[in-house]
Amino acid sequence: MSNTSSLSTAVPSLQRKLEGRALRSILLSTLVWVSALVASVPLFSVLYMLITRGGARLNLEAFTELPPAGFEMGGGFGNALVGTFFMVGIAAAIAIPIGILAAIFLAELGPSSRLANTARFAAKTLTGLPSILAGVFAYAMVVLTTGTYSAPAGGVALAVLMLPIVVLTAEEAMKMVPKIMKDAAYGMGCTQSQVVWKVVLPTGMPAILTGVMLAVARAAGETAPLLFTALFSNYWIFHEGQLEVMSPTASLAVLIYNFSGMPFDNQLELAWAASLVLVMIVLVVNVVSRIVGKPKF
Amino acid sequence: MSATMQQVAPTITPAKVVMDCKLDKIFYGDFLAVRDSHVPIEKNKITGFIGPSGCGKSTVLRSLNRMNDLVEGFRFDGHVHFLGQDVYGKGVDPVVVRRYIGMVFQQPNPFSMSIMDNVAFGLRLNRYKGDIGDRVKAALQGAALWDEVKDKLKVSGLALSGGQQQRLCIARAIATEPEVLLMDEPCSALDPIATRRVEELMVELKKDYTIALVTHNMQQATRVADTTAFFSVDISQGTRTGYLVEMGPTSQIFDNPREKLTKDYISGQFS
Repeated sequence: MSNTSSLSTAVPSLQRKLEGRALRSILLSTLVWVSALVASVPLFSVLYMLITRGGARLNLEAFTELPPAGFEMGGGFGNALVGTFFMVGIAAAIAIPIGILAAIFLAELGPSSRLANTARFAAKTLTGLPSILAGVFAYAMVVLTTGTYSAPAGGVALAVLMLPIVVLTAEEAMKMVPKIMKDAAYGMGCTQSQVVWKVVLPTGMPAILTGVMLAVARAAGETAPLLFTALFSNYWIFHEGQLEVMSPTASLAVLIYNFSGMPFDNQLELAWAASLVLVMIVLVVNVVSRIVGKPKF
Repeated sequence: MSATMQQVAPTITPAKVVMDCKLDKIFYGDFLAVRDSHVPIEKNKITGFIGPSGCGKSTVLRSLNRMNDLVEGFRFDGHVHFLGQDVYGKGVDPVVVRRYIGMVFQQPNPFSMSIMDNVAFGLRLNRYKGDIGDRVKAALQGAALWDEVKDKLKVSGLALSGGQQQRLCIARAIATEPEVLLMDEPCSALDPIATRRVEELMVELKKDYTIALVTHNMQQATRVADTTAFFSVDISQGTRTGYLVEMGPTSQIFDNPREKLTKDYISGQFS
């Protein structure tokens, strides 16, 4: 009884006191603030280095010329840029359709079937796969059977890395489509495939595209899987009037890897410039994914 | 032919039963959810299903257009005669059934598309050959939503208010002119003003459609339902099995119920 009345009799001080929980709160706020700052340091310091070191060589020549040899001056990484786009394109053409179709199975057709559980487990494990093993896989599958290093071999290696990202993000995207929306479609007299094509896919599309773009960005930056699948080339993939698909193919990532170890200033500068271009590609892909990923409705 | 004959000799016949629903047993797995309920649904009337929660009234409703087929373990004993055919008959495609028996859900559930595309959805699904724009307009007018949305048909259906969304869902359901409209507590997520509008709409719609309405709101049943079916829960077998206690004209159920259970329920003795 006296407890309840004490609130009204004694007027408490409402002033902030710098002690105990207030101090702990300030300390924790500072800690998370600093941690957030530290987390953003790597990207910005890398960007800073790339722009200051690589920015100077970023001229038209860099994009249009072939890589220079030994003591040669000038040159560029035009063929590597084309090679990267070509191989990421092959990888996307393999991984995106298979990934999205597999995700439809995981999310809609048999979410708790044995096959779905196996596929989901495989995809999750595959996301943590060291990327060099994707290269080993493609080496055995494509390089050994075709007898040559090639762009398709590189594309297959990159597809192995893209596939689990596409599958898992697309499954998640489709699971986010509210059940009541699917009920509405069934209630209108949709078959299961109509529910998927007319409602689930369109509704989940922005989130699916975000996953696809992340996978593309990841593939564009990978070096290890290309080292013994596409190797490298000092020539254009368009060579003497024809597309030489079944021959070693250059890529930005491998060019950076090769040139960064060379004792020539010219090559080192080009490696910096190529790194800047690669980061820009990844950045642009991420920005584009945000734009297309914004829900239309 | 037959239409003209009817005009020549109008006779007072008992209202036509569009859906004769004899629900002997409805199972979810081993669980007997509903038993022994015979619910005839008459043409151009609103049949209200009332009863305490867990009495199976929604289960009954969702059995009528085979929506429950989507629930794992669902089993049905009995028949649902719809225009002379058993909805659960051999070779009947549930997908086709749902095109003739439309449904409006508890939560407004427009698709994440424009208002236009939402209403046109069923028409396109059925490959409607005529002018889709005209039918969309008619459906939106029928759902008393046209005046509010006619200038923004390209806007997302999800951008509307809750009450407008529910009327959009009704427009979507009636665009294909189904024979029967099943409404599963369509106002439970709406505020009183929106509820009133949807209720007025239901009374308007029964001129052209036959409506089965599940409601947990007894006042709503008295306001709109012509016939009321009262369901209750039987816990005597150790499980909760719903069954039909009695069914009749709404005024009789509320003013002069035959069963004591009905009387206790509508007077608020239990819920």
